[in-house]
Amino acid sequence: MLSFILIILVSFVFTGIVIRTKSLASGRKGPGIFQPMKDIYRLFKKGAVYSDTTSIIFQIAPTIYFASIIMAILVLPFGHSKGVISFSYDFVFFAYVLAMGKFFNIISALDTGSSFEGMGASREALFSMLAEPAFFILMGSLALLTGYSSFQEIFMTFHFGSYTSYAIGALATFVLILICMVENSRMPIDDPKTHLELTMIHEVMILDNSGFDLGLILHGTNMKFALYGALIANLFMGNLPLYYSIPLFIFIQSIFAIVVGLLESFTARFRMSHNAQFILVLSSVSLLVFFSVLMVMGKFN
Amino acid sequence: MNYIEVNNNQRIHLSTIPILEYDNFADVIVNFLKSDIKYHCVNYFGYLEKENIKLICCIADDSKHSINVLSSIVKSSDKLQSITPNHYAMHIFEREIHENFGIDFIEHPWLKPVRYSFNRADKNSNIANYPFYKIDSEELHEVGVGPIHAGVIEPGHFRFICNGEQILHLEIQLGYQHRGIEQLILEKKNLLQRTTIVENIAGDTVVGHTVAFAQAMESLCGFLPSEALQFERVLALEHERIAIHTGDLSAICTDVAYQLGSSVFGRLRTPVINYFQQWCGNRLAKGLIRVGKTNFQFSDNLAEKWLEVFNAYKPDFQEMCDEIFDLPSILARLEKTGTVSTETATKIGTVGMSARASNLNRDIRFSHPSGYYNKLNYMPILGKSGDVHARAKLRKDEINTSIELITKMLAKYPKHNSNEPVIGVPVADSFVISLVEGWRGEICHCAITDDKGELKMYKIKDPSLHNWLALALSVRNNEISDFPICNKSFNLSYCGHDL
Repeated sequence: MLSFILIILVSFVFTGIVIRTKSLASGRKGPGIFQPMKDIYRLFKKGAVYSDTTSIIFQIAPTIYFASIIMAILVLPFGHSKGVISFSYDFVFFAYVLAMGKFFNIISALDTGSSFEGMGASREALFSMLAEPAFFILMGSLALLTGYSSFQEIFMTFHFGSYTSYAIGALATFVLILICMVENSRMPIDDPKTHLELTMIHEVMILDNSGFDLGLILHGTNMKFALYGALIANLFMGNLPLYYSIPLFIFIQSIFAIVVGLLESFTARFRMSHNAQFILVLSSVSLLVFFSVLMVMGKFN
Repeated sequence: MNYIEVNNNQRIHLSTIPILEYDNFADVIVNFLKSDIKYHCVNYFGYLEKENIKLICCIADDSKHSINVLSSIVKSSDKLQSITPNHYAMHIFEREIHENFGIDFIEHPWLKPVRYSFNRADKNSNIANYPFYKIDSEELHEVGVGPIHAGVIEPGHFRFICNGEQILHLEIQLGYQHRGIEQLILEKKNLLQRTTIVENIAGDTVVGHTVAFAQAMESLCGFLPSEALQFERVLALEHERIAIHTGDLSAICTDVAYQLGSSVFGRLRTPVINYFQQWCGNRLAKGLIRVGKTNFQFSDNLAEKWLEVFNAYKPDFQEMCDEIFDLPSILARLEKTGTVSTETATKIGTVGMSARASNLNRDIRFSHPSGYYNKLNYMPILGKSGDVHARAKLRKDEINTSIELITKMLAKYPKHNSNEPVIGVPVADSFVISLVEGWRGEICHCAITDDKGELKMYKIKDPSLHNWLALALSVRNNEISDFPICNKSFNLSYCGHDL
């Protein structure tokens, strides 16, 4: 339960920190860190407009998307305390419950019948598909290393005993940050700020959503950020007592938000055709983790 | 003689333009355009003259710094042999003549509407039944963008035919902004009203169009602008170039999502356009250029301010340019994107900055200098690759050259006299052509007066008229997600095209 509460709390300020970092990096003052939440609150107070061409799918999809993220958060542990739901191979559940939310997002985009949204849906489907192996190879390797199969047990046992585990931790962090960027359609895969439908991935899929639904989707992104931040934090918390782990959690989440902000400030977005190559690189880094795990376990004799 | 040779801003009597039979007229034009790259058609238009239509064609000769003018008289029911199959750059002019007068050009590939002007020949053809290029394939898909722009700039409709993410064909349909500028100029008899209309042809080329108009009107009146006036106009033109180019660099950075470049160039642009505010009270330089006079004389104080602005501008600009033309993630987006080869650029008659980026030398400041440019001996800068990178780099180089140019000009500049001559009235039955290199490219204004000295025809050509096709061709085989960056690198005018 602790992880659920903390993740929700962090999600309120996460994008705020990202935007603030970006503003400062470009020499501007920028809005306050609660501004994204204020915008979402404004959207929550509004009704939604539905076009005549859409069906029930379009109306339920944002809610399912939002619910799927909540569901995924419930699985995440906090250091040694279990998540609300915890069972063997729950990381598979975690990945596919998120995928289900995304699936509904994609079919609701197709439901609008707009040529833009179809384009965005196809891109989003492709890129998430490519990112999937990276996540599973990573989690599989960690499971292999620790000998356990649920999030909580894996993270409990995964601690920094040797230099190799430092290396694995660093690689895992790298992979998780970039998976998070792909999943959330952020730079350098997608530019969340652009007004150009033709270059968008995620943004173009939600062009027709408005009011309450849009609020749900936007806050979904905030929560997804906090969710991946929590995964990363879990890599480092291990068995620490709460009075160390809670500040550490918040610290790691803030650093993560600042890294995202900096990443978005100082690079240009990839060409769309390079995205696929880039995402496949993540899988190969995960493979690197896998091989180092095999090495640690003495499988290469 | 088949044609008459005139200089930029030289007034001639209308009757001195030779009138040829149409077949002969077409032959002469084709022979010019085919013979050498130094010839290109700067304007070709028709106007009603006693039930008949008089066609006037102006072909610029870059090496002799002159313009060859010839004409022909035809009827609206005529079926004429099209010039376009021999020289593609003529397609837009013939389409325009067809739209306005209903003349059929035989063998023209596609007499598509240009802008649905109110006085068009066929009132049944309108935007609702625009003849789009169609596909008949299950594999390909169409993406329609606009007419309302996502960034709410100006309206235009773009229709892509794509194979997945790859663009096979782009069709650009404009005309939503048509305001009847040419007609308005004839209807408003007051010179100030006319100038104000011209200032609004394209909001980003205020100086360019107004200078072209002022020069055309002054030539018609036989008025020679003082050296100080000429100096001010060149200064304003170059300053406008710096301002818009800087803004464009910022926009290019925005489109590749490079935040730092976008905000730094954006910040740099502000003091540059604000300088116009200090000079004439308007950031877009509206009110600065007037026919035969100026209401805002340039002063030592302004010169000092200019140097001050650019002393602050230069180091930051240089630093940011070094950064963006060196950053792999940006180069990966700019290089080999939206390429227009020199051959294509020549074929379709690209002008101005877009032509120069494709290594095609089209620069009025060099080929047909007028006024103060005669003293400057400006040498055009050429790009090589014709891609987005070349166009971005050309902007940077042109900014640097313009800054250098103005700095040199400010070292010693002409002052206004207290008793400058006052402009008279236009001479009857005259023709004048005025060419100006605006920041986007050559701006061509043609004016014709009737037997009472009243304006009978005023023809405006913005460089965008030619360059929109270059954009449509440049994106072929590129990814559809790269279209915005290609579009930004050309930064063409919707209202300049639509008039």
